[in-house]
Amino acid sequence: MSESVHVSRQFDEDLGVLRTHVLEMGGLVEAQVSAAIEAYASGEIITVKDIVEGDHRVNKFEKVIDDETIHVVARRQPTASDLRLVMGVNKIVTDLERIGDEAKKIAKGARRVHEQGMLNVPRATDVRHVAEEAVAMLRQALDSFARLDVALADAVIHADAKVDAEFKAIVRQLITYMMEDPRTISTAIDIVWIGRSIERIGDHAKNIAEHVIYIAEGRDIRHTGKEA
Amino acid sequence: MQTASAPALKAEARNFNFFYGDVQALKNINMPIHDKKVTALIGPSGCGKSTYLRSFNRMHDLYPGNRYEGEIRFYPDNTNLLAPGVDPIEVRMRVGMVFQKPNPFPKSVFENVAYGLRVRGEKNRRALDDKVEAALKGAAIWDEVKDRLQDLATNLSGGQQQRLCIARALATDPELLLFDEPTSALDPIATGAIEELVHELKQRVTILIVTHNMQQAARVSDYTAYMYLGEMIEFGKTDDIFIKPQDKRTEDYITGRMG
Repeated sequence: MSESVHVSRQFDEDLGVLRTHVLEMGGLVEAQVSAAIEAYASGEIITVKDIVEGDHRVNKFEKVIDDETIHVVARRQPTASDLRLVMGVNKIVTDLERIGDEAKKIAKGARRVHEQGMLNVPRATDVRHVAEEAVAMLRQALDSFARLDVALADAVIHADAKVDAEFKAIVRQLITYMMEDPRTISTAIDIVWIGRSIERIGDHAKNIAEHVIYIAEGRDIRHTGKEA
Repeated sequence: MQTASAPALKAEARNFNFFYGDVQALKNINMPIHDKKVTALIGPSGCGKSTYLRSFNRMHDLYPGNRYEGEIRFYPDNTNLLAPGVDPIEVRMRVGMVFQKPNPFPKSVFENVAYGLRVRGEKNRRALDDKVEAALKGAAIWDEVKDRLQDLATNLSGGQQQRLCIARALATDPELLLFDEPTSALDPIATGAIEELVHELKQRVTILIVTHNMQQAARVSDYTAYMYLGEMIEFGKTDDIFIKPQDKRTEDYITGRMG
């Protein structure tokens, strides 16, 4: 990104608003994910309703930012780094919205798990651990966007493999429990779904980091096999 | 410089300098003009892009004190357009020009287009008719003027006048067409017609276009050169220049930033 300002100050303001809104949406999504994980780990499923309602705010953010990006394109015809920013934001917002959906799924899954009153399936701590890693990825991806920090974005991309591996480990362990005691199957499947949502959050955080690299340097590193 | 896998060259500036008297307007320009492609020259006012464009048909010869240095090679015959022995009139037959404001002669539509042919010595009425028609068709204006070929050209609309000027330039079968901000006096519809025409023309002629409208450069050109203070700062494929320019000065200019 160029440090110098546009001749049109209004254009600078438009892009500034766009960036701010992405970070606000990112902060909201991060809070949603953290709350969902907390509900699962603590069993305080009273918050699930708030999380489901919070997702409406996430969705509203997506529509607002989409509207802002199309306005910038229509009115300013952005080029070069501005164009990459606007197109990148458009994609980042999609990933953020999907992370919001995953948070909602985790919250609802937590409610089912706890309503079944069935927590003799261990591994809750493992789930929490991988969830914290995914949340950290998301936070760093957003930081890398705020500062256009390519090194940090790279770190996020590399972190995804670890989240994927931990998710697989959780699934393997849950399979063992299910084989040993079929009464755990229902809860174990819910936990697998929760783990799956966490793993997806890691994927979306990685996508965001890839978009950041595109915005900053114009390099499209998706699907190149160089990312991991 | 992106010359690898690029098409053949129509022209090439080599260590090209230009002086208005003591003032150096262009500084050591090296740049390829790819054959049957559209190359756009962009840059702020006074950067030398029009000066550069006009050098290609020796327009500066018309004023005393102007001086060229270096070469503009023209292919396939590898002529240096600037060489003292090269006749500027002959250069202008091969290198046509369309200006910012439509400037038809105060003559009939037909005579405007026939003018260059007559200068060249074409007297056969039938040949003139055929070539005028072909040029008007090439400039996508034939259907609009075929029934009014004897009308005064200045009675046409601005967009039609500009296409007539393109027909006039096409009549002598030029190999390179120079456009100096050809749509700055036209409305968006007439502009769209000219841009569409540019796209069709590059099937048979190489085009070099100066434009202040960067979106126009992005729409019509295959290659773009950014000029600043008489220097060529960056030359590349248009997609690269508009998505990921290499030079910060190019970036600042096309994103509308102050340096």
